[in-house]
Amino acid sequence: MSQPAGTHPLLATNGNLRRRHAVNRAVEISAWIAALLAVAVLALVITSVAVKGISSINIDFFTKNTANFGGGGIGNAIVGSAIIVGVATLMAVPLGILVAIYTSEFAGQRSAFAIRYVLDILNGVPTIVTAIFIFGLIVVPQGKQSGFAGSVALAIVMLPLIARSCHEVLTLVPGAVKEAGLALGASRWRTTLSVVIPTAISGMITGALLAVARAAGETAPLLLTTSIFPDLVQTSPGQAIPNIPVTIFKYSESPDPTKHAQAWGAALILILFVLLISIIARTFSARTRRRLGAAR
Amino acid sequence: MPRSPGEAESAPRPPESQTMSGPPAGIEEMHATRHVRLEDLNAYYGSNHAVKDVNLSFEPGRVTAIIGPSGCGKSTMVRCVNRMHEEIPGARSDGHVLLDDVDLHASNVDVVSVRRLVGMVFQKPNPFPTMSISDNVASGLRFTGTPRGEISDRVESALEGAGLWNEVKDRLSSPGMGLSGGQQQRLCIARALAVEPDVLLMDEPCSALDPVATLKIEELIGQLKEKVTIAIVTHNMQQAGRVADTTAFMLDGELIEVGPTDKMFTTPDDDRTEQYVTGKFG
Repeated sequence: MSQPAGTHPLLATNGNLRRRHAVNRAVEISAWIAALLAVAVLALVITSVAVKGISSINIDFFTKNTANFGGGGIGNAIVGSAIIVGVATLMAVPLGILVAIYTSEFAGQRSAFAIRYVLDILNGVPTIVTAIFIFGLIVVPQGKQSGFAGSVALAIVMLPLIARSCHEVLTLVPGAVKEAGLALGASRWRTTLSVVIPTAISGMITGALLAVARAAGETAPLLLTTSIFPDLVQTSPGQAIPNIPVTIFKYSESPDPTKHAQAWGAALILILFVLLISIIARTFSARTRRRLGAAR
Repeated sequence: MPRSPGEAESAPRPPESQTMSGPPAGIEEMHATRHVRLEDLNAYYGSNHAVKDVNLSFEPGRVTAIIGPSGCGKSTMVRCVNRMHEEIPGARSDGHVLLDDVDLHASNVDVVSVRRLVGMVFQKPNPFPTMSISDNVASGLRFTGTPRGEISDRVESALEGAGLWNEVKDRLSSPGMGLSGGQQQRLCIARALAVEPDVLLMDEPCSALDPVATLKIEELIGQLKEKVTIAIVTHNMQQAGRVADTTAFMLDGELIEVGPTDKMFTTPDDDRTEQYVTGKFG
């Protein structure tokens, strides 16, 4: 190849090379800006909620019940949210895990695909639609709202999240490990139970926890199912149960500025809860990744 | 890598004199007695005909090596013996695989009992990632409902049988994944031996291992062949020369030739075998 004397081919620059450098730089910078924006939005939300909410957080806020005017707290709403989300979790987690085990270990390729597709659609259903569905299915026939109806609505929101995330983790378990179980004379369910699930369990817990975090903040499914409640601790799922999201909604509509501050306070509690759950979920998922990484 | 028949012949054989330090029970009393006979075996993946009309037998007390280029169906063939082939979606097989006189593919034979009698060691070491060393070895026993009291003796015996006991006896409860690759593979051999199978299938057991670990496994095969009927798939012809008494050569799903290893590497009957063992293709 001929070239001007004195220019080493490694040092030669031309238009093409300069253009490639420029494009590379442009893409890199836009990616940086996009990432910064995403983090900035989250930081803004958290700081504004914290700044506005921190003033109303004190012991009374956790121990006293909701009230229409003046003081009070959100004690009954915290208890109620725990019950509603807890019952929803008890319904959605076993079902979601079983669906995931079926789609990843037992179903044929076609039915597994079909089920995952249906789960994705269910995940995309607006939660207000889920709320209306449960309203018609449970609230109208019973003639009253109930915590149970709210739990069923939340369970519907959680189910596809749990089933999909558990499916993904279960399929990450290397085929070689499953084969080892089968080749030792274990049946398919025994291999799943003794080998596959223990390998994937941390990831499955991560999926369940993230679904809990999502459900804890869902408002629409509760608005139609468990929003008319007294300012008391209510633990019976047969009755409408006070809860944090609906309390935030009500307080933010109130003419009383104290209630506005309390709405911010309740929002802060909710965000901190979600944050805590996410951190716990991350530690579990890191553990799974280590385990699966080692098995590769 | 030069592949001459002469080299294969002069390759070191596992030292016959080296014996294991006496395992307490189980493995030591095992004797290879069972014949495996493949009759007109065909295997398919969907429309892909991977194994074609193979007739071959694995003799007790002798190691049978199956060699051939990648994709020739040698792994598929041995996976038909413990019916792992049928686990793959779309895969099927026909013909007979006889263990002594019983057809392992017969409808009244339970796949779980087949795999109890026919153990398998895979290409990549695959210990169970969540289990300790001893739990890995015990897993097969637990799957098949062995009484709890027997398990620890049989774990020790299996680890002795796999030549791993002295290396791991002080850390039986640490994770199996913490072992080196070669140790993991011997752990998998111990796991397969613990259920005291009659036949051991090895599907390229050394292809992921370094030469030192490979040599250890080959020595182990030499010791185990008296206890269990062994078939080993390998793409390493030197390895076949070192460990096998009988060698079978496969090409495009067909069994081209089978015979005593020395003859296969020096004066094979078929031209294609000669071309393959002398490195002309594959």
